[in-house]
Amino acid sequence: MVVTASTCRTETVFDYSWKHVVSAYWNRYPNPSSTHVLTEDTIKREVRDGKLYSRRLLSKTNPVPKWGARFYNNVPVKIVEDSVLDPVKKTFTTFTRNLGMKKIMKVDEIVVYSEQKDGRTLAVRRAYISSQVFGFSRAIRAFGIERFKANGNKASSGFNYVLRRMFPQHQMAATSTPTTTSQQSTQPAVTTSASTQYGDMAVAVNHSSTNSNSSCSKTEALKRTAKIGYEFCKCHASKITQLFSVRN
Amino acid sequence: MNSIGDDCNELKKQYDACFNNWFSERFLKGQTDDSVCAPIFKVYQECVKRAIREQKIELREVETDYTTTTEYDNNNNGSGSGSKPSKS
Repeated sequence: MVVTASTCRTETVFDYSWKHVVSAYWNRYPNPSSTHVLTEDTIKREVRDGKLYSRRLLSKTNPVPKWGARFYNNVPVKIVEDSVLDPVKKTFTTFTRNLGMKKIMKVDEIVVYSEQKDGRTLAVRRAYISSQVFGFSRAIRAFGIERFKANGNKASSGFNYVLRRMFPQHQMAATSTPTTTSQQSTQPAVTTSASTQYGDMAVAVNHSSTNSNSSCSKTEALKRTAKIGYEFCKCHASKITQLFSVRN
Repeated sequence: MNSIGDDCNELKKQYDACFNNWFSERFLKGQTDDSVCAPIFKVYQECVKRAIREQKIELREVETDYTTTTEYDNNNNGSGSGSKPSKS
């Protein structure tokens, strides 16, 4: 079977210095937007060539919807996150993917945190989403992309919460940052978190008209097949949301 | 945040505290010597590995997958190459 992947990319600016962002990163959980994250462990860590390499294992709740149970058993989703932190160049790259469930949907996510010229921190998120479920691959991947976008807001929201708590005095003035594309997430995205839980279907339906914030490839081709999948998913929306939640 | 092994929570808490302090007070200030948390990390690792084994989490899947990292991002390509999956 041919497995094609969809890709997606979003940018987020945090109003904190790179050092604050990477310090808070290790303390991201728990936060109000991460209630589905169950456990978090460091399973490997070393300093090599002045860089910090870490591997962490996360587990998340995974209520499988009825139709999903046909493909897989109901166990918590395990997520493995590798990261490389370069304190000299001030870059922090995380590479995250799910363990198991890969036939339904495999998501590889890469986030690069780097310092902007204005002292803020830019996070560039990229996801590679593939699915091997016969007949539903495209719909599921399209769903994954929407999930990715919603998750991004949720993740920023949770992360900003932790940053504010850890470094209350260090938030930079939230001026109208002239950063390019991503108006969706430059501000602490507190307001968006409420809608994300059930917002996926709405987001998905609007997909054809609003695609300004993220540059997703294959969008045109996906739209048509995605619609069929969305109808199918509609009644299970909230459950699927959790099944396919990847990381926050 | 809890550990995957219920009995590892206390060790994890101690290690995280040690690491966070080392990270912001030493590593980010240019000191790359990470031996200060090594003893507690070792104990914590033994606990987590036991839990992973008991819960039959298949980590070899990770190791094999990791070699494909380079096609996504060159920044990551050194991270998984140094060590084989530990079965201990």
